[in-house]
Amino acid sequence: MTILNDPVSAKLGNRQQLSYIASQAADARLNVELETEGMTLNIGPQHPATHGTLRIIARLDGEQVVWAEPSCGYMHRGYEKLTEVRTFPQVTSLINRIDWLGSFANEVPFILAAEKLMNVEAPPRAQWIRTILFELSRIANVSLFLGDLGVQLGAITPVFLAFRDREYVLNLIESATGGRFHPNFDRIGGLKDDLPAGWIDETKVVMKKLRNFCDEIETLLFGNEIFQSRTRGIGVIPRDVALQYGLSGANLRASGVDWDLRRDQTIPLAYDKVDFKVWTHPDGDSFARCWIRLQETREATKIVDQLLDGIPSGPVMAKVPKIIKVPEGEAWVSTENPLGEMGYYVVSRGDLGPFRVKIRSASFNNISITPWLLRGVYVPDIITILASLYFILGDIDR
Amino acid sequence: MSSPAETTTSPSVEVKVDTARDAMVAAICTTLGAAVVDSLVKPGDDIWVRVTTESWCASIQALKDVHAFDYFCFLSAIDWMPSPYGRGEDDPSEPAPVRDTVIRPGYTGGDTRMQLLVRLVNSATHLGINIKVDVPNDSFTIDSICTVFAGANWHEREAHEMFGIGFTGHPDLRNMYLPIDFEGYPMRKDFPLLARMVKPWPGIVDVEPLPGGADDEKDGTNEDGVKVEGAS
Repeated sequence: MTILNDPVSAKLGNRQQLSYIASQAADARLNVELETEGMTLNIGPQHPATHGTLRIIARLDGEQVVWAEPSCGYMHRGYEKLTEVRTFPQVTSLINRIDWLGSFANEVPFILAAEKLMNVEAPPRAQWIRTILFELSRIANVSLFLGDLGVQLGAITPVFLAFRDREYVLNLIESATGGRFHPNFDRIGGLKDDLPAGWIDETKVVMKKLRNFCDEIETLLFGNEIFQSRTRGIGVIPRDVALQYGLSGANLRASGVDWDLRRDQTIPLAYDKVDFKVWTHPDGDSFARCWIRLQETREATKIVDQLLDGIPSGPVMAKVPKIIKVPEGEAWVSTENPLGEMGYYVVSRGDLGPFRVKIRSASFNNISITPWLLRGVYVPDIITILASLYFILGDIDR
Repeated sequence: MSSPAETTTSPSVEVKVDTARDAMVAAICTTLGAAVVDSLVKPGDDIWVRVTTESWCASIQALKDVHAFDYFCFLSAIDWMPSPYGRGEDDPSEPAPVRDTVIRPGYTGGDTRMQLLVRLVNSATHLGINIKVDVPNDSFTIDSICTVFAGANWHEREAHEMFGIGFTGHPDLRNMYLPIDFEGYPMRKDFPLLARMVKPWPGIVDVEPLPGGADDEKDGTNEDGVKVEGAS
């Protein structure tokens, strides 16, 4: 068999190599064995594992997937077209709905791109509050993932813990911005408002609760033998493949790529003021992806704590004209969103609204690897792999 | 190299020199040779490179192999034709407004209506690059880069159904989002946004005063004149 001479597998680490070879072997077996009875299995569009309406069509041979293809588009809302008929400040209310679990994080890169074109920078206080809210939306988003992960593997308890603790974070976001899910709080040049009184102390208490939640999930789920045996070595993505498909965020770091846009790019947010660790995992399997997300939630609570201690005083809004016209130019800004790299390529013609906005959402790239990844896996593993890749339908379809 | 200086106002930004990005562009020009049509470096920000249509696939391959741009960020298209419908803010009872119909390309220029835009990143140095290429006006067809970056597959499918760009060598250009029998290419500028045609845009009637902008009038910014445009 050609597996041992496979150029991809030759570059991998030992452990990763074994899992990769196992998956390739499963694939090869499918090719040589007589296909006795094929079957086409349709998963979704309404299925708890699909976080919305993703439909997966899988051709099976026995219990193994021969070919699988996700079918998206059940939630395509045409945001790229709609942005072209809106003014710059109006666009944020649209893009809030892309990744609806971490809405505030969607607004930030677009606003930063517009600010870059206008050559405006938000005051330091606004940058710090942006960063805090950004991390809070990450916690709100990923804590639900951690709970939901359990449900998809047949454990009911984690999701109750997740909803209980996510509620505290949503309350914080609501008290600061006025919106639980869609804050629409970011403005070109700063923020709509300052933080309410007492918010900082409240947040610190909540961050402690969230760290406890992470500990609970870690012992309850990650230490569980069934969980481990269902995720370890399942859905291995080697480093090369991950980069080729443009995977980002935890999915990329789980394949051993040490890259975090919060740390590795200069961006007018307060990440350079805080000390945090970027976690990576060498395995590239489902377990690694879940584990990275757990660590990131914990890390995010620490970032928020540090930022709350040093938050500067001053205004939260720079001087910008009442009617915002963005000068002609092109700008690309991406940030490390809860789901991965989210970026906007904004083309402006000096008009009230953008000429073209390309929305590069993380889930679209993350899920585009599934036809490659699902080949040769067993049916129950489809659910594990999809859960661990973690996507939001609004983030795929836009 | 063309300069974006007219868009920046602060002099401190203009004099900034970005040695890493300048060196990268010089290296790319050496490797690709005549394939590079134009390039632009915005110091501390980004790189834009435009390559010829014929060398498209080979250029991407060279950028990946020689310059280690191994991370595929996205592929998309830009339709540079100004929309004949504007932003849909017109009153249908009024005579049609005069609109710009000249196709003006963006950074690094362009000779065609459609351009492809690809962003690649070097995963070791975290240096990103935006690569543009002209898509011929007569055929709207260009080579697929699926063989170089497998991740381009879905992006090309999306560009195919939204912009009507054909990709030679793509394994499967099925629609991702639209129904099979959908006619037209929604992201092209001449495709009307029907929601705006059915119910005309009422104009900007609800401008929220922004904090910090209260004394704008004193600064002599007379941009308020824009607000009344289209409002009936």
